[in-house]
Order: sequence, then C-alpha cells, then structure tokens
Amino acid sequence: MAYSDKVIDHYQNPKNVGTLDKASKNVGTGLVGAPECGDVMRLQIQVDDATGMITDAKFKTFGCGSAIASSSLATEWLKGKSVDEALKIDNMDIVEELNLPPVKIHCSVLAEDAIKAAINDYRVKNGMDAIKFEESVVH
Amino acid sequence: MLKLPIYLDNNATTPMDPKVLEAMTPYFMQHFGNAASRNHPFGWEAEEAVDYAREQVAKLIGADPKEIIFTSGATEGDNLAIKGVYEMYASKGNHIITATTEHKAVLDTCKHIEKSGGEVTYLQVKADGLIDLKELEAAIKPTTILIAIMYANNEIGTVMPIKEISAIARKHGVLVFTDGTQAVGKIPVNVNKDGIDLMAFTAHKMYGPKGVGALYVRRKNPRVKVTAQMDGGGHERGMRSGTLNVPGIVGFGKACELCMLNMEEENKRISKMRDHLETELLKLEEAYVNGSREHRLPHVTNISFKHVEGEGLLMGFNKNIALSSGSACTSASLEPSYVLKALGLGDDLAHSSLRFGLSRFTTEEEIEYTIKAISETVLKLREMSPLWEMYKEGIDLSTIEWAAH
Repeated sequence: MAYSDKVIDHYQNPKNVGTLDKASKNVGTGLVGAPECGDVMRLQIQVDDATGMITDAKFKTFGCGSAIASSSLATEWLKGKSVDEALKIDNMDIVEELNLPPVKIHCSVLAEDAIKAAINDYRVKNGMDAIKFEESVVH
Repeated sequence: MLKLPIYLDNNATTPMDPKVLEAMTPYFMQHFGNAASRNHPFGWEAEEAVDYAREQVAKLIGADPKEIIFTSGATEGDNLAIKGVYEMYASKGNHIITATTEHKAVLDTCKHIEKSGGEVTYLQVKADGLIDLKELEAAIKPTTILIAIMYANNEIGTVMPIKEISAIARKHGVLVFTDGTQAVGKIPVNVNKDGIDLMAFTAHKMYGPKGVGALYVRRKNPRVKVTAQMDGGGHERGMRSGTLNVPGIVGFGKACELCMLNMEEENKRISKMRDHLETELLKLEEAYVNGSREHRLPHVTNISFKHVEGEGLLMGFNKNIALSSGSACTSASLEPSYVLKALGLGDDLAHSSLRFGLSRFTTEEEIEYTIKAISETVLKLREMSPLWEMYKEGIDLSTIEWAAH
C-alpha cells in the first residue's frame, strides 16, 4: 500500500512530538485508542486562560504511519486556534488533507477523538462540564 | 556494493535462482509439447522432462517419483490432501485434527470440511509455537482419519515434531498430512524417516517458479489415496487432472536439485547471518523473539519490539527493506496475526512484530544495513510512542482502561 506524500512527510518529520505537563491546570490531555487495536494517541493542548487560545499542542502516537500523520497534523491545526474553534475540527478534514485511504479513516477518527478528549480534560480541570459528544461511527 | 531495496520477505516468496530459469527456458517455445501427448516427439520430450523433474522432486524428500502429484502450488496441495482424504476415507471416519497456527489454506479447508459435516479439532500451541503431543494423542478418536500439522510455520519458522506426531498417528492408524511449504528445500525433510503420508509443498518458496507445487501421496505402508478435486483427463494417477505445467515443473525439479545440493552449506551461512541479525536487534530494550528458537528454520526470525506498532515501524524503512509485520492495521478487523496470538502474545506485542526471512541471496552487507535501519527506526518511534513513555515512567499498561475502538 502506498502512502500519500503528506503522510510520509509527517511520518518522517513529525510536528510537535512531545509531552506537556499533564498536571498543569491549563494543559488538557486526551489519551485514546488501545494497544490491542494497534493505535494509541495522546494529544495535549496548552490553553491561555485569559484568551482561551491554544498556545501549544503536543502528541505521542503508537500506531501506523497514518495514525502518526493524523496526530501530527492535528497538533499543527490546534496551535493558534481557540478551544471553540478546535472543537470544529472534523476527522474528514484530516482524511482530505492527508489523502487517507478508506482503511485508514479510523486514524483520523482517533485524532478527532483525541482533540475532544484533550479539550474535555482541560474543561473539567477548569471547573467546566465535559461536553458530551456523539459516539464516533467507527468505534 | 549494497543494492537497495533489500529483500527479507523470503517466507512470502523467494526470487528464482538463475539456474532454474535457465533450465525452464527451452520448455516454453522449443519443447512446448503436452506431456500427455503420447504419439509424437513433442509429447515425448515433455514427458521425459516431467519424469526427470519428478525424480528430482522425489529425491529431495526421499520419496518415490510415483508418489509425486504435481499441483499448482501448496494451497492446491493442502486442499487436495485434506478434502481428498476426507472424501476417500469417509467410510472410516470424519474427524480431522489440526492446529490453530496452520496456514489459512489448511484452516479454511478445515472450515469447509466442518460445513460439509466433518468434525475438526484445532489444537492450541504452547508459548513456543509447538503443539503438545499428549494433547494430540488425547484428541484422537475412533473416527479420526487425518492429522494435519504443518512442518514449519510461515510466520515464526517454528519446526513441529513431525516424527513424533507421525509415530502417534501410526499407533492409532491415522494418516499424517503436513504442509511442508516453508520446510522443504530449507531443512532435511524425508517422508520415510518422518513418517509422512501426505505433504504439500511449492516451488516458489525454494527459488523455483510460482504456480507449481507438489503433493506427496504415500504409495506403500500404507497406500494412500485421495479423491480428485478436479474432474478431467485423469492426469497424475487420476488424482489431479489438468495439462501439466511443463516449464514450471522443470524449474521446480531444478530448484529441488539445487536445494538438495547446497542445503547444508547454505544453511550454515544463512543461519549465521540470521543469528547475527537477531543478536543485534535483541540489544534493543524490550525486544523479544516469537516462537521456539531451538526448533526453528535456520533462515527465519520473528521479533516483537514492544511499544512500537509494526506497520508504523515498516514505514520507516520499507522503501529500502522488504519485510512483513504481524500487525494488520490495514485489515478491516484490525486483528493482529492469529499465529502470534495463538502463542499467547498480547495484542500489543503481536502488533509490534516483524518477520524476517533470509535467503541464499542475502548478504552480510544487507544484514548490517537492516540492523542499523531497524534499530534507528525503533528508537525514533519509541520517542514518539506514548506507551513507551508510560512504560519508562513505570506505569503498568495493563492497569489502564483503554477505550477500545
């Protein structure tokens, strides 16, 4: 199976690999997937309390090239967005941008779930209610 | 000079030996006859070539040439042996014993048998990939007609105790079929010493052409018969109709001859490289060999690199190194290798595996390159792996409630 150039680029030069302090109040952490499924993504956002803007985003992913690329792309998109804007990132945007084949759509779903999980973690830490999302179709 | 890409997926298929191609060439245009044409020189030449190849093939496995039934490959051989015995020995019983780590060509044939009213016992394997002989014997019933256990496993290279299996089978009057695809031509296989009644194997795993294989069917002590699965001209003693693939068969014969000639010397060289590859890769933390290291083909190793996903790992070098992984991120099921799972490996380790298959054409340079490329990729991906980070922090990953998807 051939990967798209964009997937290869993210795989070879992943953006924003790393770890933010998950204990910090303005960091939201989303850990999704499961080792037995062959995909685990951890996505973290750092939010500026005053502006509600995402100032930093980091990821670590255990998975195939498409999973790594999806999370790398997600962190790029998150930086500079407000939390509300970040909620609008749809997995199909990732599919389109990375030109993912149908068998790899679950990687983009996972990235979307990771974003939402990170945002909810941030919200709960800061005294807000977690947003209830509709369940992903793929899961 | 190192030439890229490097091919280390020789359990999938091997390149053809140039000597094999050389032997085959005249049988496409010059000696193109049908081996079943009895009345002219074209047919005679073809028949003679087939007879010669039949001897070469038989010799490699210590059989009589009359016991070789040419097929299109091991999948056909597996089907013909299992379905053929099931139908031929229907009056004796309907029970077959096999193992969970068999190739799909055996497992799916057994499922077919179950659908048509047969009974199949699937033996579990131990952590080393071998079956328990006591369990095998205990599974035999009065209705058991066949034990179908592969000689060597295609994913982990584990070599089954065929001699011991056939001794048990003989005691109970049960036939033994073995899928010899990965073993024949690679290690000494002798149908008489090993007590094999039927064995399927194929040319393209031993430097021969694709599309040709053989089913060994014992003719003496006991005389074994299989019901043909294709109707037609009654070729191959009525067991496999269809015009013989003469050039393919000639190439198969040559491939067998070369394997027999060079096996001992080749294995020394190949296993040395395999051992070096393994030793170096095991220097990485949390790297494990899957399956028995003692009872194993000399050219195969299967290694799991914990906390790194196999397909992602392959992507790091698959432009330059051809390998396969036990992970199956591309399949709809997301299920990793059923063979590795049968060893009792957790899904995480099964997803983290690479299968290496060396060949007579593998060079030391290629192995050095591979060691370096894989080690680097594993380290790079671990830096990127949340599981590795958690492992390093001392978190027990099994205590985490994963949102399985």
